[in-house]
Amino acid sequence: MKLDYFSKKRWTGVIFLAVFIVLSIWVASYTRFDLSRGLGSFVKAFNWTISSFYPDSASLVRLPAILIKLRETIFMAIASTTIASVFALFFALSGSKVTQVNSFLSIVSRGIASFSRNIPVVAWAMILLFSFGQSSLTGFLALFVATFGFLTRAFIESIDEVGHEPVEALKASGGNYFHIVFQAVLPMSLSQIISWILYMIETNIRSATLLGILTGTGIGFLFDLYYKTFNYHAASLVVVVIVIAVFFIEFLSNYIRRLIL
Amino acid sequence: MNPLLTINSLKKQYDEETVALNGVSFSVHEGEFVSIIGPSGAGKSTLLRCINRIIDATEGEILFDGLNVGNQNKGQLRKLRTKIGMIFQHYNLVNRLSVIENVLHGRLGYKNTFNGSLGLFTAQEKKQAFQIIEILGLEKQAYKRCDQLSGGQKQRVGIARALIQEPRMMLCDEPIASLDPNASKIIMDHLKNITTQMGITCLVNLHQVNVALKYSDRIIGIKHGLKVYDGPPKSITKNQIYDIYESEAGELILELKDQNEA
Ligand SMILES: Nc1ncnc2c1ncn2[C@@H]1O[C@H](COP(=O)(O)OP(=O)(O)OP(=O)(O)O)[C@@H](O)[C@H]1O
Ligand SMILES: [Mg+2]
Repeated sequence: MKLDYFSKKRWTGVIFLAVFIVLSIWVASYTRFDLSRGLGSFVKAFNWTISSFYPDSASLVRLPAILIKLRETIFMAIASTTIASVFALFFALSGSKVTQVNSFLSIVSRGIASFSRNIPVVAWAMILLFSFGQSSLTGFLALFVATFGFLTRAFIESIDEVGHEPVEALKASGGNYFHIVFQAVLPMSLSQIISWILYMIETNIRSATLLGILTGTGIGFLFDLYYKTFNYHAASLVVVVIVIAVFFIEFLSNYIRRLIL
Repeated sequence: MNPLLTINSLKKQYDEETVALNGVSFSVHEGEFVSIIGPSGAGKSTLLRCINRIIDATEGEILFDGLNVGNQNKGQLRKLRTKIGMIFQHYNLVNRLSVIENVLHGRLGYKNTFNGSLGLFTAQEKKQAFQIIEILGLEKQAYKRCDQLSGGQKQRVGIARALIQEPRMMLCDEPIASLDPNASKIIMDHLKNITTQMGITCLVNLHQVNVALKYSDRIIGIKHGLKVYDGPPKSITKNQIYDIYESEAGELILELKDQNEA
């Protein structure tokens, strides 16, 4: 019996590996991805980057314009995240088993959240492009909807983790629903919730940059513009600015996390 | 004198198969210390939670201080719950808050939504909280976060939170099940003092039969959702205890006084 169990486990592993290898070879041949050629073009791309994709002194003139667009993108990411997180908190409170008002509302809010979460940001942007055109509103809404879905899910888990125990105690001493939320549920889950919001701000700054190419706004648009007009030096300056900004934001949010945890 | 608590043919059915309580009746007088014993799954926790309606009973009647618990509306129920303190096996504290904040939670039943949600307590309430903290010997820990306390200290915070409600009765669901013998003794002594000195009635679920026999004025035995024993600890026999726990003689760790041998 025992031997059977182990050999069965081993065979599942072998079969899984075989299927994986076959699948990769098939996909590679289908897309004509050739490893040596892939590496070759990598070297060529590297050489090109070194020789022409760097900011020169002429491109520095554009720095103020780039920074203004960067600010626009970062503010959009922060605004969409914080506004989405307020909505997400309400939905999470009615969705979590610990704080749900009734099971019907819980299912509804979980449903809405997983619907908006399972469609990726880019897809939302494409859908919204039809109604709102190439504007920053499109980018904002796309980030808002996807963030709302993700954060609702994350908040529900943070609130579920609080558990029934403190909730039961406050109920037993005569506390009402709001007492329980503000005095037990939020104190127990707030640091996690803030941590998720910070994570989402970081993620959304990256997404907003890419979305800008699609919606023609923010720093993504500026990169697209310089790149398409062969102004590679300015385009590379945009990249440098983005990288520095992303690092800085990550440093900042890690710092805040350390303070609250 | 009318009893403080009267329970009439209480039934609780969770689902098709699970009947946790199957018609339990008894009453408790003011100032009594009553222990409920019985095997795991007998329905002891369910019984306590029906009394303050954390769980709604399926059938039967509960009278507390002359009020029918089942008929209270939301506001009345909150008011009634302030008169019944509850302490738990796992303490059920808000671990990220300090001792004093957790103790003040016991006043929430008296607060409106605004003041309660923001934790705006009066100077009088804070003073009272510190007095109770001192009675329980927690003054050094008052500003500590509860996740830094030992189990015994946490349970004392639980007791303090219940006491500040100014309750007439305490429901204790296995208050010492997660504690070592020393901490257990401290907690049981506090509970006993609460009854003898403050006149607060105690209804305690216990797994430790010896502890129940030592501290209680009365023992209630529950098995399969039915009351199978109700009487003073002096008159309970070994065989009756074996019967409650459905075990053979010698399987239980018991130290009964000789007069109880039957
Ligand atoms: N929320 C619930 N849903 C369904 N069944 C439940 C629920 N809570 C308890 N039960 C069932 O009701 C019965 C009584 O449970 P209860 O917790 O009251 O027993 P207990 O005497 O407190 O046991 P223990 O000594 O282990 O704490 C058990 O069969 C249990 O499985
Ligand atoms: Mg129990």
